[in-house]
Amino acid sequence: MVSIQPLASGGPYNVMASLIIRFSDGMAQILAVAEAEVRKLIHDPLELITRAIQPVLWLGVFGQVMGKLRGIPAGNLSYEDFLAPGILAQSVTFIAIFYGIAAIWERDSGVLTKYLVSPAPRWTLVLGKAMGSGVRSLTQAVIVFVLAMLLGVHVRLEIASMAGLAAFCLLGAAIFSTFSLIIACIVQTRERFMGIGQLLTMPLFFASNAIYPLQLMPEWLRLIARANPLTYLVDAMRALMCVGAGSSYGLSTDFTILALVLLVLTGVAARIYPAILR
Amino acid sequence: MAQIPSIETRQLTRRFGARLAVDNLDLQVAAGEIFGLLGPNGAGKTTTIRMLTTLLQPTSGDARVAGFDLRHEAFEVRRHIGYVPQMLSADPELTGYENLLLFSKLYRVPASERKPRIAEALDFMQITDSANKLVRHYSGGMIRRLEIAQSLVNRPDILFLDEPTVGLDPTGRHSVWERLQALWKKWNTTILMTTHYMDEAEALCHRVAFIQLGRIMELGTPAELKAKLGPGATLDDVFIHLSGSEQQEADGFHSTIGERRSIQRHG
Repeated sequence: MVSIQPLASGGPYNVMASLIIRFSDGMAQILAVAEAEVRKLIHDPLELITRAIQPVLWLGVFGQVMGKLRGIPAGNLSYEDFLAPGILAQSVTFIAIFYGIAAIWERDSGVLTKYLVSPAPRWTLVLGKAMGSGVRSLTQAVIVFVLAMLLGVHVRLEIASMAGLAAFCLLGAAIFSTFSLIIACIVQTRERFMGIGQLLTMPLFFASNAIYPLQLMPEWLRLIARANPLTYLVDAMRALMCVGAGSSYGLSTDFTILALVLLVLTGVAARIYPAILR
Repeated sequence: MAQIPSIETRQLTRRFGARLAVDNLDLQVAAGEIFGLLGPNGAGKTTTIRMLTTLLQPTSGDARVAGFDLRHEAFEVRRHIGYVPQMLSADPELTGYENLLLFSKLYRVPASERKPRIAEALDFMQITDSANKLVRHYSGGMIRRLEIAQSLVNRPDILFLDEPTVGLDPTGRHSVWERLQALWKKWNTTILMTTHYMDEAEALCHRVAFIQLGRIMELGTPAELKAKLGPGATLDDVFIHLSGSEQQEADGFHSTIGERRSIQRHG
């Protein structure tokens, strides 16, 4: 039989012990779901290459031209340096924000039904998918990072900062794929999701510090940008990726805000995940 | 175990808006029994299965599945059941082996037992040779057998099968029947299945219930139901007699769509 123990009622120690078992089971279930996502990626990596085209255009064309204009003040950074972490964050989040399509496909193909009938708690399924999405995004991050380096962006090549960058990649992808899952549960169909997805990505991108600093924005837009998780992701990534860049809010503040956003989104997604079946 | 019914529902009811999909259903399935739910599209078969597998909350009434309360012990219910939905739903982007591995981990099968159990399930369902191929390249019958294998890795007490052979060619159907019978003989698993095919019900089910508009119209062994209608009657005759002209009227849009999807996916 399976190893999950029912929650015992005999005393606080038993309750504690079974909670620990549930937690470690949950971690294993998250990893199982994420592992399956990675295996799919290995079977069919073509998507990753096609996905990399857009960030290549942003960095290779937009960044190069705008850098020559010197129209956007980027503090002590060159515009190319300023832009690269923004494009990295963008490519990480945009691949994640279309995860909802996969969720709807899983519903339509019946795969999801079997997940939901398994004893894996909903939150483990949500976080497992988020983590799978994070790994997918990491591959994008590597491509953008290498490209930035080739284009002469002054990237930090220390192990610690690169590990930190990877951690923020995972966190950012997890947030936006979970957000995407929630949207999918609400809108239900692929067509509606595509519409909403297109509608969301550009404002998210423009109402953030990805391609220009917050100081350039009108007050109302700055307020929106401050509420946009992408802003904190870019802020952390900029500090971790570029030589001479600092974080406006502090890495621990960025991390705390993003982790809290993920926590809330996971709670909401776990609650409404089964609703996608109707 | 043998004394307690595997599944017991009491006035189980589900409404979708004004429509009553399942209407005060009282049902008992004994441990080790293969029980069939028959009836026209929209009769409430799939809704019943979705409630019993915890996918759908009942509007009223309650049920015990594998000894656990459906409403308050959904987690325990899930640990003790296997479910093969109507659609062919193994993940086509993974290999057969990977599909089984994923679910063995979700069901927390101990690490040391995973490999032998997966190997046994693959062997039992006769798909060992294709275990490392992507499921995308499987035939419909193979996918179905893989899905049954998947639901076996955690050794469930009860197996729910929603139209297990819909959309399969005759070879695929017979291979699924034959493996299901072998499975039942080996593990004596309680099976609750729905089907539209009366030959399937006769080949597999110990008892069947005909449902119509969410209610049980008749219940008994296939032989009993045929005998009731008269000498020489087939189960098809019983079906037509019981569902009568109401069949078209009761046709559920969603169940028809569901069937179309599963047929489309693998031809």
